[in-house]
Amino acid sequence: MPTLTTHTLAVASFLQDAETFAGREDQNSPYAGLREKAKEAFSVMGIPGRKQEEWKYLDLSPIANTEFRNAGAAFDFVLGPSDAESYRLAGKEALLLVLENGKLNTHASPMERIPAGIRIGTLSTLGHEALVTEHLFRHAAVEGEPFVAMNTMLSHDPLILLVEPKAEIKTPIQLAFVAVAGADPLAVTARVLVVAGEGSECTVMESYHTYGEGAPSFTNAVTEVVISASARLHYTKVQVESGQAQHISYHKVNMARDSYQHLTTLTLGGALVRNNLHIRLDDQHINAYLNGLYVMNGSQVVDNHTLVDHAMPNCHSNELYKGIINDRAQGVFNGKIWVRQDAQKTNAYQSNKNLLLSNEASMNTKPQLEIFADDVKCSHGATTGQLDDEALFYLRARGIGEANARTLLNHAFAADVIEQVENDDIQQSLMHLLDTKLN
Amino acid sequence: MLSIKNLQASVEGRQILNGLHLEVKPGEVHAIMGPNGSGKSTLASVLAGREEYEVNGGQVTFLGQDLLELSPEDRARAGLFLAFQYPVEIPGVSNANFLKTAVNEVRKSRGLEPLDSKDFLKLMNEKMKLVEMDKSMTQRSVNEGFSGGEKKRNEIFQMAMLEPTLAILDETDSGLDIDALRIVSNGVNALRGKDRSFIVITHYQRLLDYIVPDFVHVLYKGRIVKSGTKALALELEEKGYDWIKEEVAVNA
Repeated sequence: MPTLTTHTLAVASFLQDAETFAGREDQNSPYAGLREKAKEAFSVMGIPGRKQEEWKYLDLSPIANTEFRNAGAAFDFVLGPSDAESYRLAGKEALLLVLENGKLNTHASPMERIPAGIRIGTLSTLGHEALVTEHLFRHAAVEGEPFVAMNTMLSHDPLILLVEPKAEIKTPIQLAFVAVAGADPLAVTARVLVVAGEGSECTVMESYHTYGEGAPSFTNAVTEVVISASARLHYTKVQVESGQAQHISYHKVNMARDSYQHLTTLTLGGALVRNNLHIRLDDQHINAYLNGLYVMNGSQVVDNHTLVDHAMPNCHSNELYKGIINDRAQGVFNGKIWVRQDAQKTNAYQSNKNLLLSNEASMNTKPQLEIFADDVKCSHGATTGQLDDEALFYLRARGIGEANARTLLNHAFAADVIEQVENDDIQQSLMHLLDTKLN
Repeated sequence: MLSIKNLQASVEGRQILNGLHLEVKPGEVHAIMGPNGSGKSTLASVLAGREEYEVNGGQVTFLGQDLLELSPEDRARAGLFLAFQYPVEIPGVSNANFLKTAVNEVRKSRGLEPLDSKDFLKLMNEKMKLVEMDKSMTQRSVNEGFSGGEKKRNEIFQMAMLEPTLAILDETDSGLDIDALRIVSNGVNALRGKDRSFIVITHYQRLLDYIVPDFVHVLYKGRIVKSGTKALALELEEKGYDWIKEEVAVNA
């Protein structure tokens, strides 16, 4: 087990990569200082061990003890436009961009079809924009977050989406992150910045996939999202990587006055997945929905840590996370809600429901509400149970075979998370992914 | 159609059925009455294949097959239907989707093509009328938030959809007001026919005013101790079960 700050194999090689990268980056760029700070932070923190409360249920030694080949920026793309189509999940109208090993693959992505009202590029093309210098690397804090620090020091060319004020983008944007598995263990740094301008509306999906069968891949994904006043953002994160993939993500959202977001995280693939979600409701009259669904089998480990930070009054947040855990899989849910002293009239709800399908499956769930305001409505609940035998018998007594009856009940348990996804095409794709996983 | 010989069954180590005999022929309606704890619901559960009930002896033949060898789903596919005393709520599964899956699995087991959406809808609309069921109920989750009466109507609706050969109604009248009782009974009566038999399990004679049986049996201490016609039910209504218990005691 890694101790608190030992430089394991992985840490040493990541720091070496950062050193090389820093040598190439313009030291006068507005980001150089942030990179340096991130590197320092990471070299102090290293890869966390289980003695740290936030990482208690997750054994990171498979990552810590692996010598990864960092995908970096200098490689030839493997994927072409036809490969891209196999990752399409946001409907046929969607703009599908492929990020191969974290890097925008312009060959496989129809950049000419970017809809009006949104600018999409990378640090190298949009880095000079005031909006980007204002936000990139500035919301996902490196303090106490080793993987954010690692991501910040290593992300060569983050993907950037700037939605113009008042723009209503009808075309969903799908960012398909594909790790191309090779002979050696591969480390991928995925970084996204989304700035939704005032009064804009947009649908975005991040999806994570593995191409080919090779050595394990480790994806470190950090997304920073800024939702300006009165903006509406519909966001989906889909994790369908291979059974060898490791994935650690940090998703930070800052929400301004009167804004709205609906965020769904669907985790079906990956050997080891940790999702950190940090939503800050930074002004009044904000609505935030964050839903999650994880369906696991084999020896998958999926850990969702969420934090909803109510900083200001009159806001509403609603969180629903559900899981189906089979075989020897292990689930973790930690849901923090902070209601700060100023955040009067907060409505905050949280629910985590789990279905264990085998005796060896396990789930650790911990709701954590910290409320410093006195006029609030908050509730939380967590349940972990088994398939209802009575319901199973009822279905079978109507002629439905046992396997089919189980699938029907599992589907029913999980479906309401997906049914809340607002885009019909996305909902349909996710439902299909769910049913494939359940069958 | 159904032949039960010397059936013995227990649950959680407690013997409930003690050598039960019953013959049901096509088209017949048999009522099974008896005091609380006599084994009425156990009989229904054993016939439907509930796993927590253990059969310790006897035979049950249904349409020439050994019923006790079959899984619950195979019993249903063979044409047996249990209307549950306590229908189960299944959140997230719509009534329509549930029934479409059930109807098509039953059809498949009989070598029939599955019904397409159009034909299924047509069948559903037709059968809903039997129990005066509102269309909105088909889109709701199975039994979720249904009133007691709605649940029982839903049972009969499912029966109408699945067109069983033998239907067992387990205390379908319990918890029903007089209007719901009338609707449920009308549904059942509409489904009576020369090839379809019923076993009506009830505690009260009242239901038998609506669903008139060919035979009435009294179940006591896990066996049928008296059989007769509709007149027996009326006698029980008037005199209660004590005289039966006394008769059993004397003959023992």
